[in-house]
Amino acid sequence: MAHDHKLEIFRGLVKFKSNTQKIWGVLIFLSIVTTVEVALGIIKPRALTHSYFIGMKLLNWIFIILTLVKAYYIAWDFMHLRDEKTALRRTIVWVPIFLICYLIFILLFEADYIYNVYKDGFITWSF
Amino acid sequence: MDATVNTGTEDSVWGGGNRPLGASYGKMMMWFFIMSDALTFSGFLVAYGFSRFKFIELWPIADEVFTHFPFMHGVEAPMYYVAFMTFVLIMSSVTMVLAVDAGHKMKQKSVILYMFLTIIGGAIFVGSQAWEWATFIKGDHGAVETNSGRILQFVNAETGKRAALAEFAKTLPEERVKHEASEGVWFESEGYKTSYSLNEVVEGFKATPNILIRTEQLNEEGEKTLLDRKASLAKILEANQVVEGANLIHNEYGHRLFADFFFFITGFHGFHVFSGVVINVIIFFNVIIGTYERRGHYEMVEKVGLYWHFVDLVWVFVFTFFYLV
Repeated sequence: MAHDHKLEIFRGLVKFKSNTQKIWGVLIFLSIVTTVEVALGIIKPRALTHSYFIGMKLLNWIFIILTLVKAYYIAWDFMHLRDEKTALRRTIVWVPIFLICYLIFILLFEADYIYNVYKDGFITWSF
Repeated sequence: MDATVNTGTEDSVWGGGNRPLGASYGKMMMWFFIMSDALTFSGFLVAYGFSRFKFIELWPIADEVFTHFPFMHGVEAPMYYVAFMTFVLIMSSVTMVLAVDAGHKMKQKSVILYMFLTIIGGAIFVGSQAWEWATFIKGDHGAVETNSGRILQFVNAETGKRAALAEFAKTLPEERVKHEASEGVWFESEGYKTSYSLNEVVEGFKATPNILIRTEQLNEEGEKTLLDRKASLAKILEANQVVEGANLIHNEYGHRLFADFFFFITGFHGFHVFSGVVINVIIFFNVIIGTYERRGHYEMVEKVGLYWHFVDLVWVFVFTFFYLV
């Protein structure tokens, strides 16, 4: 199968000459992101662990966003989604995203409710 | 021979062999499988989130659980080993893409080399995970469990570091045997015999004034609550049994659900890596004997490649939710 590869990442900011080069480029990018994650996880800057956004530590938001960034590049460049037809790509990506968002929303809300029941109930859970 | 009526559509649409969305049948089915598998993993990870949110103030801190690095005994190295594992998996993902790329160019020799490197990477990862499990199961400092199933850990007040049971437990002249289900109540037994009995730990604790108790409760700083000596002496009375290491029922690192999800999710992922390595080995030998060279294309390498990248993708999420967040 002759494949045409789209050889640019970051919306055309970085262009590669060949597919092999692009693969190494993406590896370097993913390694940098992982290094940043691990460094933040070890240092745990106070500014990030003590400020909150929608009830979650800023540091955790950064971890989750960086994870999604990594997931995007793995799916787009390693799994060749960038080279697939738009319809296929959208089918593969948006269906699970919709279902997973729904699942996250409903289960985390429920868990938070149970947490409050445990906390405010007149029963001690530690004895 | 020609019993069917030729409507002129056999060749174009219903005759088979056409590729909707520009993907072959096999590739499309691999994508469908990956989607359903992704939903399975999401289910597990969200269930983990559910339990964590439910016990948000009691949840163990991953940095304090995974502190070991192979061959570096006694050195506190949180996260480094998992970071290494993550890198190994990303690296093997890269060699897999390179194999797919070489396949497109019909370079049999390069495909063989890159597939081989991918398999090695996968094997290193599975081995690392086995080591991680073994370390987790073996345990670190030991702890006691209270009547309500909460974990009490011990801290040396002078150094501020965790104290192992061996540092303060008294050796009492008592006979202790492993509790089997055949002796006493039929539903109570213990999987392993702890190195100290509860009595020895409690007596040793009472006799050593510089040992304090740390509860599971997280304080406002996001750290575990450290009780003072007086509160510690009162708290130790709630102790019900000694816990060393982690299994599906008891977990010295904190909440038992943490261990349950750890075993279940990393185990399920490890099983995926293992089956990925097996599939890669099969394809590797097919490449060597020239199956795809004769077939005229290396699409099979691309399909197993998709599965392999998916395993990497899942690990990226497991890494975040188990070790970072």
